[in-house]
Amino acid sequence: MNVLILGATSRIAQAIAAEHATDGDSVLLAARDRDEVKTIASDIQVRHSTRVLIGDFEATDFDSHVGFITDAIEALGSIDTAYVVFGAMGEQAASEKDFSAARTVLDVNFTGAVSISEALAGYMEERGQGVIVGISSVAGDRGRQSNYFYGAAKGGYALYLQGLRGRLARSGVHVMTAKLGFIDTPMTFGLKTKIPIASPESTARALKKAAAKGKNTFYYPWFWRQVMFMIKAIPERMFKKLKV
Amino acid sequence: MNAPARKTLEGWGRYPRVESDVLRSESRRDLIAAVTSNGNHPVLARGLGRAYGDAALLEGGVTLLMERLDRILEFDPETGWLKCEAGFSLDDLVRIFLPRGFFPPVVPGTRFVTLGGALASDVHGKNHHISGSWASHVRSVELLKSTGEIVFCDAERNSELFWATAGGQGLTGIILSMEVKLRRVESGAVDVVSTRVRDLEEFLDVSAAHQDWPYSVSWIDGFARGRSIGRGNFMAGRHAPAGSNGKAGLLSKLPRGLISGRFLESNLLLNGLSARMFNAVLYRKQIRKRSSSTISVYPFFFPLDAVDRWNRMYGKRGFFQYQFVVPPDPQNLALKQILASISESGTLPFLGVIKEFGSESHGGLSFPRPGVTVALDFANTGQNTLDLFTRLDDMVVDAGGRVYLTKDARLGLDAFRRMYPEWTEWKLVRDEADPLNMFQSELGRRLGLVGEMSD
Repeated sequence: MNVLILGATSRIAQAIAAEHATDGDSVLLAARDRDEVKTIASDIQVRHSTRVLIGDFEATDFDSHVGFITDAIEALGSIDTAYVVFGAMGEQAASEKDFSAARTVLDVNFTGAVSISEALAGYMEERGQGVIVGISSVAGDRGRQSNYFYGAAKGGYALYLQGLRGRLARSGVHVMTAKLGFIDTPMTFGLKTKIPIASPESTARALKKAAAKGKNTFYYPWFWRQVMFMIKAIPERMFKKLKV
Repeated sequence: MNAPARKTLEGWGRYPRVESDVLRSESRRDLIAAVTSNGNHPVLARGLGRAYGDAALLEGGVTLLMERLDRILEFDPETGWLKCEAGFSLDDLVRIFLPRGFFPPVVPGTRFVTLGGALASDVHGKNHHISGSWASHVRSVELLKSTGEIVFCDAERNSELFWATAGGQGLTGIILSMEVKLRRVESGAVDVVSTRVRDLEEFLDVSAAHQDWPYSVSWIDGFARGRSIGRGNFMAGRHAPAGSNGKAGLLSKLPRGLISGRFLESNLLLNGLSARMFNAVLYRKQIRKRSSSTISVYPFFFPLDAVDRWNRMYGKRGFFQYQFVVPPDPQNLALKQILASISESGTLPFLGVIKEFGSESHGGLSFPRPGVTVALDFANTGQNTLDLFTRLDDMVVDAGGRVYLTKDARLGLDAFRRMYPEWTEWKLVRDEADPLNMFQSELGRRLGLVGEMSD
């Protein structure tokens, strides 16, 4: 199988690549930081003795996305599964002060993710097969005052994926929306919480398995589905007073 | 870059414990940014936290976790040269490369150390008498300086900086990557011969008789007194030929973490009585004078790794490991005097090992030198424990020996300087490499290895 990973430098993306490489899949690692991508590629190559390719990908260079997918298909032979992993948390305070900071958060997490997913969708729809795994977040399930730009972008992307899933279902292409809770990444590093934090490695295993099973919306760790169900059930007149 | 998180850090001995600002770098770019845009805060790289004392602790600065810079950069199966980032662990190394017929050139008693830590401690293992220490098998070390500049060093290039970095406790800069030459092995098993030895003389005779075995170590009964001083079980091993199957041992077959010291955390568990019983059982376990077996590399090299976080069994107050080496002496006067002082002190060790080092010595702050080394674990029972170590330090100094800094949490400045007379040359090289005194640690401050940071 040929796997494309967009935003390959995060630890979750590295773990996803390693998961597929273990199965003998070919992987194409695409991201902005070329040196870092090279490091990750050599690591996976030595560990798993599989075919690892690298590519330059810039989430906010929307015009390059269709061409990027064409090049990726040529390099890999085909794209059977694609993971849209990149994201940028941004800083809520900075985004409130300066819209250009907010815009970067929206451009990366929403517009960029939609743009590359569209390019993938066009190819997979025509081919009549393929899997797109879009990484959204539990932050997208309800707007919160502490990070609503990021939440809006991730929530918007989840809605987009929902629509795309319907469109592509008829042509045999599967779209999975992954809603991640606390994973051990820079976003949660040092977070003092009683909620268990999942490792990037277990997340990658779970994502691969869920995508293979054809899950539509997949929460990981699983209990976040219930947590978000409860959070969404809080009446707005109460929720707006909560400092969350 | 994220803001540092505030964490309580401790060494493997759980003493001392410090509050520290901690950053975890996710990429090399991240790490360089953390060092160069860190204002005027001291920094220290930390691997898997297996140094016993304060070597990987820093207060009032930023501790940089290296665990995610653990990628393999190159491997040549023809020669065995492996290049990887400093956060790569021996655990990963053995897991990935043993099935391909390769083993690390040197391993300490745990595989949960990073390669960066292995070099910064210049670790040694059961094969020191044949293979020397870690630094002997390394080339092309990439070192990050406080300016953000990256320099290569090894025995040929920038050899002084390499000399100071090997065993240099992370105070010469941040080790980014290195090349290490792996050893070819034919199987994942080790042929072992065990010999019960009744005293120190017999230990040395047996050790001499096994000089050509690549690995040797002996458990030593720290409770033995009088003529029995030095009694224990001597083990020699060699990698078994192709097709050998080594017994894995019950503990190492269980999933990691199932047996964990966390569940046994208590200040009372490891006391004088349980220690005495444990040592008596160990001595009697070797029923025959001599026996041989074939076992997996895991129980042979890393017996304690089977119990996750075994250090917790010593409770919150933690424990010390006192490891020293004394030069060869036909009469073994110092060795006997030190062991007698311990067994008569009432402050008794739980577990001890003894090994004869080979002739190789890296110098600088690196620990191994010719002679006999003994490592003993003591529960931290307070001032009496520290007083015993101070008395032992004097005997070690008088004998021309030294203690291992990676295991140390309490050595005094004067004793240190007499144990490591090359510290002055070492410090000159360090100061030139890091004139701002940006790389610091609690150990470095305690032993006068780093000056005040200048603005």
